[in-house]
Amino acid sequence: MSRLLHIVSRGPVDGDALAACLRMARPGDAVLLIEDAVCAALAGAETAARIAERTEDLTLYALDADIVARGLADQPLIGAIERVDYAGFVDLVTACDTTQSW
Amino acid sequence: MTNCKNAGVSKRFMYVNRRAPHGAIYALECLELVLVTAAFDQDQCLVFMDDGVFLLKKNQDPAAIGAKNFSLTYRALGDYDVEKIYVEKESLQARGLTEADLLIPVTVVSSKELGEIMHAQDVVIGA
Repeated sequence: MSRLLHIVSRGPVDGDALAACLRMARPGDAVLLIEDAVCAALAGAETAARIAERTEDLTLYALDADIVARGLADQPLIGAIERVDYAGFVDLVTACDTTQSW
Repeated sequence: MTNCKNAGVSKRFMYVNRRAPHGAIYALECLELVLVTAAFDQDQCLVFMDDGVFLLKKNQDPAAIGAKNFSLTYRALGDYDVEKIYVEKESLQARGLTEADLLIPVTVVSSKELGEIMHAQDVVIGA
């Protein structure tokens, strides 16, 4: 089965792209949080529960530069989320068959 | 100006910030609007709710994404006599944040209190 990279960039005020992404993501897919969507990576957030439901069947990433930009580097993140730099972003794009930007 | 019947009248303005910083221009534009409007002696207040509470998060460093760290400009609000800064308690709690995570002194209010404050305004501008 092909592997899809879901890139989520918008926060919940702009349509809750993360919810749509998690609904569409199939087991084995990768989800990368960038831009305003990195706020969903906080372990202490109420929305963490819906991501936690998918830590077994998805691989989860967040772009480090966007975490640092928003002052979130001093907050605990969801354990299953791996922080990646821009080079890691490129690696994900090349490792997956297709990308979908939410 | 005799044709300006509202000259000298102060209105109550509320600016409502609901988006996280750096992903869009809304919050920065809103902040600039507040600072400009402050010169006209209007009664202003700022609200931070939903992901807008992240606008006031300490330790922002957007250099690596090529953005300006405008969060530091919120510190200037006091110099412009903009002192009513409300943060919704429920939004902070939903994100695991506390008042100690914020870079300026704020008034934390409940949803119910904020709704009442909103009703007392003449103009409400969402960002």
